[in-house]
Amino acid sequence: MSAKISEFLDLWGADIWSAIIETFQMVGISLLISVLIGLPLGVLLVLTRPEKALENKVLFRLLNTVINVIRSIPFIILLFFILPFTKMIAGTTIGVKGVIVPLVVFTAPYIARLMESALLEVDRGVVEAYEAMGVKTRHIIWHVLVRESRSSIVLGLTIATIGLIGATAMAGLVGAGGLGDLAYRYGHLRYEVDVMYVTVFLLIVLVQGLQSFGNILSARLKKD
Amino acid sequence: MIRLENITKTYQSGETVTKAVDDVSLQVEKGTIYGVIGYSGAGKSTLVRMVNLLERPTNGKVFINDVELTSLSTGKLQKTRQRIGMIFQSFNLLKTGTVHQNIAIPLKLTGVPKKEIENRVDKYLEIVGLSDKRDAYPSQLSGGQKQRVAIARALAHEPDVLLCDEATSALDPDTTESILALLEQINRDFGITILLITHEMHVVQKICHEVAVMENGKVIEQGRVVDIFSQPETSTAKRFVQSLFQDELPESLVTRLKENGQIVNLSFIGERSGSPALAHVSKKFDVYPSILAGNITQLKDQPFGRLIVHLEGNADETNRAVAFLEESGVVVEGYVQEVEAHVS
Repeated sequence: MSAKISEFLDLWGADIWSAIIETFQMVGISLLISVLIGLPLGVLLVLTRPEKALENKVLFRLLNTVINVIRSIPFIILLFFILPFTKMIAGTTIGVKGVIVPLVVFTAPYIARLMESALLEVDRGVVEAYEAMGVKTRHIIWHVLVRESRSSIVLGLTIATIGLIGATAMAGLVGAGGLGDLAYRYGHLRYEVDVMYVTVFLLIVLVQGLQSFGNILSARLKKD
Repeated sequence: MIRLENITKTYQSGETVTKAVDDVSLQVEKGTIYGVIGYSGAGKSTLVRMVNLLERPTNGKVFINDVELTSLSTGKLQKTRQRIGMIFQSFNLLKTGTVHQNIAIPLKLTGVPKKEIENRVDKYLEIVGLSDKRDAYPSQLSGGQKQRVAIARALAHEPDVLLCDEATSALDPDTTESILALLEQINRDFGITILLITHEMHVVQKICHEVAVMENGKVIEQGRVVDIFSQPETSTAKRFVQSLFQDELPESLVTRLKENGQIVNLSFIGERSGSPALAHVSKKFDVYPSILAGNITQLKDQPFGRLIVHLEGNADETNRAVAFLEESGVVVEGYVQEVEAHVS
């Protein structure tokens, strides 16, 4: 048994390790950029809706439509559909660098929606109390809206991250590698079932761990 | 000082226009506690929210300390709002912040220096009696304690004016008492002008100097609390006063007693008690007074009493007795079996 394991590791260990690194790179970088774009978009979605601080019908509808359109497109299609855009932004369309752009385009609107629903849960009365104290709107956004919904935000980001891990499986099509790609190319196409099982197992552990971490952090941030 | 000039607020939804507040003017002098009372839907909540422009009036002007708020730019309005405290029925504290953070964060965001923030948090927590709850979260506090934190948060900005939007409506009677006592203390010790709205006459009775009665968006009666208590003019005001005195008489009794004499409602204020006057009545006139119901209650600064008395005798004598009572400073009204239950 142990001989079998060491034989497997000798053969596949390096590939699996680099696949893990690639997955972490893709998820980490595109999550960071997606949050930087998605969180403000979510705030904007909340503030521009009717009867909110920055009520703006045109902007609200525009944002809504654009987000819905992007979210309608399956990632595999989006990946090819925006190739020219990817080339323009990243300078390349292959490898980890080339897949970050489509991953961000895919994830940022999703995060915007998740942030929107988290922020909408915040008690209107608290925002009002801060308006009544003469606190500036930008301070209210951060110190009331985001702060009060941070528990839901963490849960939302957990969901988004797991979705992102799923999307990176298709990144192999543009040569970016990662765990999903390894399972597909070697495990599925070349009938190396061992490789498929091991990578799927690693993905399960990863997703399971992330969800538990998200749940614990969210519960800790929640004070009511 | 707060001054509202011809404030109107209309809401439009589709074709229908609703007037929530209709041409209201009122003035709250510096250092007074002013109550606005009305049933739900009377427009009082909209009214108080227009004082700091949480809602902008459709028409009319709002002045605080002679500054016209309605004409200020957003930046100036924010500065002015820092001098206007407000507390709410639902407390509106940050759930994710401790008591300390709930008071300190708004101070930080309005530019109070760090050292000063700590001083003020300590000072005002002490005043509201929650120094030991500094690190508790709102979910660990009772309703009354939450409202105390909200009061400390408002006071920490050292405002000239405090607005209370149904601040005691979510609290039980004992807690209501203690919050009212705290508001009274704040008014006395810091000279903060308080404008409160409520649907409980008890609140007005307990701490207000002046009161306005609202109905259908209009102020239908306003004046000193003692005057409204002793001589309410509108039926709504009468109902509110009545709500404090459980002195409805059985109808059969009223009918029987009215056959020989009249039943009157006597109101008297302060030391000038109604009872001695009543004693004189029986000596001076051929009238036998008997007290059917009576109650003395404490208004903010003086006692207020109400007696329902049967004056037995012929019409001439009882009318003269009534005239005498009025001369002695007692407000006399015929007893009316009315006050149909208000459906709200």
